[in-house]
Amino acid sequence: MDAITAEGLVKTYKSKSGVVRALDGLDLTVAEGTVLGLLGPNGAGKTTTVRILATLLRPDAGRATVVGCDVVRDAQHLRSMIGLSGQYAAVDENLTGRENLVMFGRLYQLSTSEARRRADELLEQFSLADAANRVVKTYSGGMRRRLDLGSALTGRPKVLFLDEPTTGLDPRSRLALWDVIREREREGTTILLTTQYLEEADELAHAIAVVDAGKIIARGTADELKSQIGGERIEVVVHARTDLARAAEIVGRDCEGDCTVNEHTRRLTAPARNGAQSIVQVVRDLDEAAIAIDDIALRRPTLDDVFLTLTGHAAELAPSDDDGPAPATQPAQDRRSA
Amino acid sequence: MTSRDVPVSGVAPTGGLRREITDGLIVAGRNLKRVPRIPELAVFAIIQSIVFVVLFAFVFGGAIPLEGGGSYREFLLPGIFAQTVAFASITTAIGMTDDVNKGIIDRFRSLPMARSAVLTGRTVFDLVYQTGILAVLMVAGLAVGWRVRGSVPEFFAGVALLLTFVFAMSWVGVLIGLTVRTVESANQLGFTVLFPLTFVSNVFVPTESLPGWLRPIAEWNPVSTLTAATRDLWGNPNPYAAEGFPAEHPVWLTLGWVVLIVAVFAPLGVRRYRSMSR
Repeated sequence: MDAITAEGLVKTYKSKSGVVRALDGLDLTVAEGTVLGLLGPNGAGKTTTVRILATLLRPDAGRATVVGCDVVRDAQHLRSMIGLSGQYAAVDENLTGRENLVMFGRLYQLSTSEARRRADELLEQFSLADAANRVVKTYSGGMRRRLDLGSALTGRPKVLFLDEPTTGLDPRSRLALWDVIREREREGTTILLTTQYLEEADELAHAIAVVDAGKIIARGTADELKSQIGGERIEVVVHARTDLARAAEIVGRDCEGDCTVNEHTRRLTAPARNGAQSIVQVVRDLDEAAIAIDDIALRRPTLDDVFLTLTGHAAELAPSDDDGPAPATQPAQDRRSA
Repeated sequence: MTSRDVPVSGVAPTGGLRREITDGLIVAGRNLKRVPRIPELAVFAIIQSIVFVVLFAFVFGGAIPLEGGGSYREFLLPGIFAQTVAFASITTAIGMTDDVNKGIIDRFRSLPMARSAVLTGRTVFDLVYQTGILAVLMVAGLAVGWRVRGSVPEFFAGVALLLTFVFAMSWVGVLIGLTVRTVESANQLGFTVLFPLTFVSNVFVPTESLPGWLRPIAEWNPVSTLTAATRDLWGNPNPYAAEGFPAEHPVWLTLGWVVLIVAVFAPLGVRRYRSMSR
């Protein structure tokens, strides 16, 4: 059973430079109780997709359902079953953490006492109990983000939309938030998560859909995607430029693949087909050939690698980059197009 | 999926009017809670009005003759109240724009709450908030020599008239707030509209002193009719042109303006709010 389905979603915005096709026939399905990572650079259409599925935007064409409800026709009914947490914490910074949660609980149509109970529960669960009666203005970025996520959960949603939940967070807060998201998943919540980081999608999602220029360009598990783009890579920095050619030959042979050479940085890169075993082989052979190295590492593919391989262009160079509708500017975009 | 068969189409599934009222009150309550957290907003609103009182009562007032006599300060204060409630729409606009930009409006729009509640909650809050501001200003007015000479019912009728105008202007603020993109432009647009509205009026000077072509504009101006109405109700000097419809029926004319403003701006605001999903 699919908790989320989208077929041929199209959304265009008018901008200074003309009409931008934010979504260009996007198809998507997310099975109930699973986590899908929507991976892509800024402006790829991730936020627009989430906003359509969370009933904030109407698609120009195509249709989408969430837990069986049409996102346009059954929007109001659907809202009681979803939770949305955005890149920018949409909580009232002049209210306390508890006041925010109680208010959102009430607006999820809980009774006052239920809303209070639910707020306390969430404050406890998100380690915000000590700060519950402090105005949100005084919270750290991580605390705000947790409160924002808590707000999205006040109505015990069946489907949770997380739009770049950890962007801008320090590593510790990011790990803490990952735990919270895993916890939701264990409780059976279907989660659609957008991210710019392959690592994050890798950590949290069962399946990953790569989005570029408003379309899904690849889909699979993290392992499938990585093997599709060649998996891990070995990077070697040789000490002497004169050794580059010989080293490239050895690395290329050991890795049974193309070895790219950067003369300037004296760096060799090749796919590590046998993972860590490849690195052992390369070290051994380079040592035998008496080639001194400054650095050697096994590197996991980054979003850039995925993009380079799948689209032929780097993530930063995605064509609609400057129209990337970050949530904070999105309302302005909406109004511009209205 | 059990939820599939529930027939709903953008309408609150249950509760209807009751939900609209409850949710509206929740939103209004949220805005009220914010007032003591950002005290500078209320303090500056009051100070701004007091600056106008001081400026006109003590600086320009002496140079403004009132035909038929009477205290300039008693003439001035009802105008200041009207000006204050007109300017309140800027506060509304800024608040709405800020909520949109901070993503709070998106949060509200993603919740299964009554669609109307965000806007009605804001306008109901404005009523309560401006009542408080007016109370403080009235005390300040009494301190500088303003007096109510009418009866108690007439006093409250004047207050009620001011508050209906607050409600009307609040919808103007809602539309501005949902239309402009930044808090700064909400502020700019508000002042650009409201300065002429409050100065081309009978608030600071009797309209007879204005050039002939400007006089009818000043006399029909809603801020003028509101000021004239409260001056009449409270027995304050009102050297208004003795003839003409605005002079004779300021209360009814003000109510007419309120109805007209709400009838125009409320639907436009609601439409703007709905179109955010386009």
